[in-house]
Formats: sequence, structure tokens, C-alpha cells
Amino acid sequence: MALKVHGTVGSPATFRALAALHEKDLDFEFIPVNLSAKEHKSPQFLAHKNPFGQVPVFEHGDLKLFESRAITKYVAEAFADKGTSLIHKDPKKSAIQTVWTEVEAQKFDPTVAKLGWEIVLKPKFGMTTDEAVVAEFEKKLEPLLDVYEKRLTESKYLGGDSFTLADLHHLPTLQGIMGTKVKSQFDARPHVSAWASDILSRPAWVKVASMLTK
Amino acid sequence: MATPPVKVYGPPLSTAVSRVLVCLLEKDVPFQLVPVNMAKMEHKKPDYVKMQPFGQVPAFQDDDITLFESRAICRYLAEKYPNKGTAGLFGTNPLVKASIDQWLEAESQSFNPPSSVLTFQLFFAPLMKLKQDEALIKQNEAKLEKVLDVYENRLGSSRYLAGDEFTLADLSHLPNTQFLVEKTDKAELFTSRKNVGRWWSEISTRPAWKKVVEMQNA
Repeated sequence: MALKVHGTVGSPATFRALAALHEKDLDFEFIPVNLSAKEHKSPQFLAHKNPFGQVPVFEHGDLKLFESRAITKYVAEAFADKGTSLIHKDPKKSAIQTVWTEVEAQKFDPTVAKLGWEIVLKPKFGMTTDEAVVAEFEKKLEPLLDVYEKRLTESKYLGGDSFTLADLHHLPTLQGIMGTKVKSQFDARPHVSAWASDILSRPAWVKVASMLTK
Repeated sequence: MATPPVKVYGPPLSTAVSRVLVCLLEKDVPFQLVPVNMAKMEHKKPDYVKMQPFGQVPAFQDDDITLFESRAICRYLAEKYPNKGTAGLFGTNPLVKASIDQWLEAESQSFNPPSSVLTFQLFFAPLMKLKQDEALIKQNEAKLEKVLDVYENRLGSSRYLAGDEFTLADLSHLPNTQFLVEKTDKAELFTSRKNVGRWWSEISTRPAWKKVVEMQNA
């Protein structure tokens, strides 16, 4: 059964889904969605792909899914024996992994994506960075990364002793922020810094990130 | 009866704590609710932070495992006790599970942010004698309306968000919606939408949620 991803190069959520597919060594068809042409807000897209008008949308036979973190989970479980194992099978380890997956979704992504929006994306769209917002969210990031530093002192990866979705979900937003002055917050914490370098250099991620330069 | 091995730390009024409580009650899992005095900053003290490194509620313990993040705790409970209490909270096969995960993420990413801001601004801020931000309220009301329009459409062809059965995806919406509908002047956002109103009426009158509301009002 064919795997398809409807998405956009550069969209963090799209890249999140693609990272999982590459880690699992899966063949899939990538169908570009033209965000500038507002393709994602067309009646057909809203009716048949994602009613929230967002990318990515994933297909596996008759199954259609939106929300990148639901897509990665499905892929990790449906193809558990292929490529990199992205989930822990042991129930207790799985529970801990799920905790840190929620931390990314509830805390890391909102904070870092906001910084990425202000510092990287607004200038790209001809808008002005709001330095007050940047300062506010930089301040929010510090205690968050302190928790990460402590966690990564006790555990090789966020979700446990091996790379899992709990780490993978960070990749798109992490990649974006490491090209900005906010990188200094990561560099200041040795375990966070090592973890970030480690996961950003994974071949599957490098493959996804290289789509930006094509 | 022996002390239950499951402990939940935090006040029932906290939306995240109530999310875990309703899941435990739906699953018929006995638990002990341990109070955390947030006014006295108990959640920021070293003993508590050992369990929840962000100093937030809830914290959760079951035998030798300590967890936090309410949606992670709910997933753990639904997976550990699939046949206890309300079955099917997290699906009976991978395709159903995928749909539940999709709508759980939609709650987390699309519904939770604006509804949390509104809950804080309209219910908790006055309670804590904090000033309300009118611009923030307006902005988030507009965001929530868009999300509820999607829900209105979805719930016109599906009894619950992920399908024909009540699942974690619906459950996750209970805490914020309860405050908005019962404790603020924004009930209309939900009740003026026919399908959303019908869905809210069904999920909020489930015995487990009614018990949580009782705990909140105690």
C-alpha cells in the first residue's frame, strides 16, 4: 500500500513527518502543497485533506491522517520492525517517552517556534521582528532548557536510553533556531548542546533538511 | 481498603489535574488525591520538583513510576487498563488509535491554546485578582471560533471526534470547556453550534466528569 505525504518544504510540521518516514527507511510519495497559492485553504483541501487547513496530510491506503505528531506515531507503530525503532515497547519506558513527547508539544515547540517566527520568518515576509517578544520568549526558554539539561544528564536521550519520537519531534524547530543568536542558550548547557548536535546530525534528518537547499 | 498505589498530586480545580482525574474515573482505577498547596508555592519546593521538574500540577505516581503532563498520564492509563472501566478510550486497533491520536493532537495544538488563554483570562484571573487583557481575550475568542467551526462540521457526521465512541480525544476537551461554558460568558461559543452543543451535552453529563465537577466544587 502506497504511502503519501501532502506537505510543503520548509514547513516544520511537514519535516517532522518526513523525518519519521526517513528514519523508518520507508518509500513514500511527496506531494507538494502550494501554501503561497493558499492551496491548503481551498474547499477541496479542507473537505478532503485537513479541515484545519494545515500541512502535512498523510495517506496509507485508505487511512488519512493530519497532525504531524499523530502521523509520526502511526508510522512508528505500524512499521515498528523497519528501520530505526522510534518507540519503546516496554510499557514503563513507553510511558516516560510519552511524557517527554508531551513536553516537546506543550512547552518546547510553542516557545521556540515563537522565537523562530519573530527572528527568522517575519523578516523573510517583510515584517519587523518584535524585540520585546523575543526578549520575553528568550527568558521563557532559559528555565525550560535548564530542565532539559538536568534530564539529559540523567538520560542519554529525552525519552530514555535510545533515540525516539520524543527527540525526533524537536528536529524541525531546533534546526531553525540553531541558526540564530538563541543557539547560545543551547551551547551554554553541555548535555543539551551534545544532544542537539547528535540528533541534528542523524542521516535521516540531514536528508530532510537538505530539501531546503534543493 | 489498602492505600491505592496510584497517587495524583494537585488541586481538582486545575484543568490538567481534572483531565487526569476524569481519566482515572472513566477507567475505574482507584487513586489517592494528594493536595498541593499552590498558594504556599508547594509545587515549587524541591520535594515536588523531584516528581515534576517544571513545578506544575499534576504529578502522578503508580507503583514505581512517576509521570507528568496530563495527556501522557491519560495515554498511560488507557494503555495499561484497556479493558477496565470505559473500554476503547484509546482504541481497539491501530487505525482507530491513529484517528484518536489525530484528534488528541488537534485538541493539544488547536483547541487548547486559545481555550486555555480564555479560561485563564475569564475565570482564573478574576479569582486571583489579576487584570484581564481585553485584546488577548478578543484574539483568542476569534481563534477558538475557527476551531469550533471545524468541530461543528466534524460532529455533524461523527458522534464523537474520533468516531462513534467516546475516546481520550473527547475527554481531553472536558476541563477547559467546563470552565468556559459554566463559569464565563462564553458558553454561547459552544451552545450556539448545534453539533458542538450536542457533543458537549453528551460528554459533560458522563458520570465520571460529573464526579470531577463535584470534586472541583467541594
